[in-house]
Amino acid sequence: MSSWPILSLITFLPLVGVFFCLVVNGPKEAVDRNCRSAALLTSVVTFLISLLLWARFDVTKAGFQFEVKLDWVPALNIGYHMGIDGISLFFVLLSTLLTPICILSSWDAVRVRVKEYMIAFLVLETFMVGMFCALDLALFYVFFEGVLIPMFLIIGIWGGDRRVYAAFKFFLYTLLGSVLMLLAIITIYWQLGTTDIPTAMEKLNLPFIWQCWLFLAFFASFAVKVPMWPVHTWLPDAHVEAPTAGSVILAGVLLKMGGYGFLRLSIPLLPEATQYFAPLIFGLSVVAVIYTSLVALVQEDMKKLIAYSSVAHMGIVTIGAFILNMQSVQGSLFQMLSHGVVSAALFLCVGVLYDRMHTHEIAVFGGLVHRMPRYAFVFMFFTLASIGLPGLSGFIGEFLVLLGTFKVNTWVAFLAATGLFLGAAYALWLYRKIIFGELTKNSLKAILDMNRREVVVFLPLVLITLWMGIYPNSFLDPMAATVDKLVGDYQSAIKLAHTASLAP
Amino acid sequence: MMLGLESWTLARPELFLAAATALLLIYGVVRGEVATPFVSIATTLALLVTAVLLFVPYREGTAFASLFIVDRLTTTMKALVLVGSAIAILMSRAYFERIKAWRFEYPLLVALATLGMMLMISANDLMSLYVGLELQSLALYVIAAFQRDSIRSTEAGVKYFVLGSVASGMLLFGASLVYGFCGGTAFVQISRALIEGRGGELGVIIGLVFVVAGLAFKVSAVPFHMWTPDVYEGAPTPVTALFAVAAKIAAMSLMVSVLMGPFKPLFVQWQQIVVVASVLSMGLGAFAALRQQNFKRLMAYSSIGNVGYVLLGLASGSEKGIQSVVFYLAIYLVMTMGVFAVILMMKRRNVMVENIADLAGLARSEPMMAIALLIFMFSLAGIPPLAGFWGKLYIFIAAVEARLYVPAVLGVLASVVASYYYLRIVKVMYFDEPAEALDRPAFSINRAVAFAAAILVAVFSLAPQPLSLVAAAAAKGLFP
Repeated sequence: MSSWPILSLITFLPLVGVFFCLVVNGPKEAVDRNCRSAALLTSVVTFLISLLLWARFDVTKAGFQFEVKLDWVPALNIGYHMGIDGISLFFVLLSTLLTPICILSSWDAVRVRVKEYMIAFLVLETFMVGMFCALDLALFYVFFEGVLIPMFLIIGIWGGDRRVYAAFKFFLYTLLGSVLMLLAIITIYWQLGTTDIPTAMEKLNLPFIWQCWLFLAFFASFAVKVPMWPVHTWLPDAHVEAPTAGSVILAGVLLKMGGYGFLRLSIPLLPEATQYFAPLIFGLSVVAVIYTSLVALVQEDMKKLIAYSSVAHMGIVTIGAFILNMQSVQGSLFQMLSHGVVSAALFLCVGVLYDRMHTHEIAVFGGLVHRMPRYAFVFMFFTLASIGLPGLSGFIGEFLVLLGTFKVNTWVAFLAATGLFLGAAYALWLYRKIIFGELTKNSLKAILDMNRREVVVFLPLVLITLWMGIYPNSFLDPMAATVDKLVGDYQSAIKLAHTASLAP
Repeated sequence: MMLGLESWTLARPELFLAAATALLLIYGVVRGEVATPFVSIATTLALLVTAVLLFVPYREGTAFASLFIVDRLTTTMKALVLVGSAIAILMSRAYFERIKAWRFEYPLLVALATLGMMLMISANDLMSLYVGLELQSLALYVIAAFQRDSIRSTEAGVKYFVLGSVASGMLLFGASLVYGFCGGTAFVQISRALIEGRGGELGVIIGLVFVVAGLAFKVSAVPFHMWTPDVYEGAPTPVTALFAVAAKIAAMSLMVSVLMGPFKPLFVQWQQIVVVASVLSMGLGAFAALRQQNFKRLMAYSSIGNVGYVLLGLASGSEKGIQSVVFYLAIYLVMTMGVFAVILMMKRRNVMVENIADLAGLARSEPMMAIALLIFMFSLAGIPPLAGFWGKLYIFIAAVEARLYVPAVLGVLASVVASYYYLRIVKVMYFDEPAEALDRPAFSINRAVAFAAAILVAVFSLAPQPLSLVAAAAAKGLFP
């Protein structure tokens, strides 16, 4: 389609900023300023270029677009294969959107080691975008795993008091899952002689028992990333200790890697195992939705509360992905995007308070509406979006998932829906505690409302949330063809396996 | 016995190195201490020239009545060893000058050890194997104790000597059994005897076990690893670097050529031993290192763990497996050299320090050094996109293809545990508040080595192809 390698450009452009940050020299003030500007500039340019993807994306095609295929390690038959389809398109955009927002939000908040901070975020962006574009298992793994390095440093260097613990827990948990996935990838490579994902989608046809083992290996990696109950415990720690922008990326993009992995690899490559393990996933997801919502109700830390709410929301995502009909998968994807925007915004809201008071304990705040009307509005807006108020983004995803689920399994739909109810309870409770009531605490008497930079940070997120809620077709249409193919391929694979097992 | 010209041309690099070392030794003895700078530089050059001679012109074949073999595999391994030794000599100077022990004997002993390594890599007979091994070991025993007035260094030397002799004894005993049952010491004879059905005899199996045990000692695989932490910690740091890199690669290469050569018919038997040693090494390397405070000791356990991965590649016994061994060792060489270059730069108030806690806050006081070490640590932990990941990937591909599923799973799990202590170093450098800063290293060879290695490791992902081609060509040597 396009003659120039736009995906590679988007993936590696942030490294230009990294290079600039590395070579820039001079007095500390100037270096910090230059690094901030350079990082913002590169990430904004990257975002603008990535918009071209959306503009030039052919919504009628189910396959991969903007493909680039080069030799990388011919000796092992590993290629550099990039491309996007309806599933990955918006994740790329989400990554490129959130990076400049993160950089802008930490403009004043990060004062130490600014250079390293900016480098870490730009490298992170490269890995995130590359992960969503990769169409080769080895390449996918390189990006998937590479994300750990900058994220480990971001939590560990700029995090809170227990940052070391949180950083190690994050790293080791995710690594443990990922290495098992590496073995699964190697097994697929051994069977096929190539690590090309489209080839694997076409040709991979493993016996059932093998599929189960591989599914579990992929599951180990993606379930930790999503995170699903009971391997979610790293998330609250990581969120609480990470700096604001770290939480934003963590909630906005990193969690989506798990859901994306399920849809990109587990389901198309291992359909029979997917069918076999789907009830397990439903069970874990339902527990996640209800249990973590209840846990969220008793949190004393804002970030922890939002972290638990993320686990609950991602439970809806995994249900949708494994119900595997048109509505549920689209809903699952939509829910991931919506969660990516909304939870990112909620963490930014917490960050606004943290920058002023240097704490995210709920008890410290109260009655902020009197001093911070603009902030109260933004926080209300995203709280409602997170609950799933019709007209905002959260509603569409949850509705589609529940609709699709209801057709297949009413009990799962019913239990998942209770989670939404609980979600409203804790989110509104949090809002009530922080924003409403009398402003009695002396420490808050002089608190300032959002400044212009902060408004600029939130504005795009508000607009996107509205857009997704009011006219979701802009987002659903590009997904439709790909999701249709995914579901269709899955159904025919199951049918084929079924007839094969019936045959004498 | 006819020793034609062919033999001499095949052994050209070894002969050159032997002659150069002998001449430089005479020169050093005649001139005394003043000869040291010249001898060290000349020895480094001699090693590099030897490396060039390996390839220009490239020859293959057997020499000296089949005592000596040259093929792609041995040539590649020798090149790695020579580069490792040459860099080790370059890195030594500042260290020994500081402790006033910079003597001309040191580079010459390194050269002699290297010569021994080359001979054992090229061994094609149990006799030449043993001669090469002993030449290497004797030189290494001496340089482990080279810091004569340090108790730790002499202790390391003695320990290495005593335990090394025991291992040599075991190897020799095993070799004699094999000789007795197979009727020859030449690799071809052993191989032929085994194929003809001698393989089932108990004596051969016992002999094999002893040979493998002796070799496992030399590569410091569990359960023959006990000497490694003490010797690595006690020996002068540049010597530790030599042990960790050149000596290990040479011993590993020897193990490959013995097991994949004459004992190939007994693959099923030795595979069990190697798999067990591999899993135990990976596990011990991961768990025992968790609580180490001394960086050199940590690297000892790290090297034990790395040997475990290499052995896993060997245990697959396939062409891919041997490729992965070569591939892994080349990457291991670069990473480990880099780490030791950084350790050699760790000085506080002009005194060498080697505790992990001494690195606290390095990211602020010496950001470039910290970044280099960060790259090495993530690479040793096997995190992509750094070079170490590719080494592990190659090994695990070979292991899975050989259906060694359980060892492969244990291996990746061990690598997660091991990543903890690599991360701990990153944590100390980046997350902890600075302790008293280390001395600012002036420009030095060590700095250059560290940066060059860091850059190689960091950008390796751009082009893993050339190294995999080298590995593929090397493995062809055993699978003609």
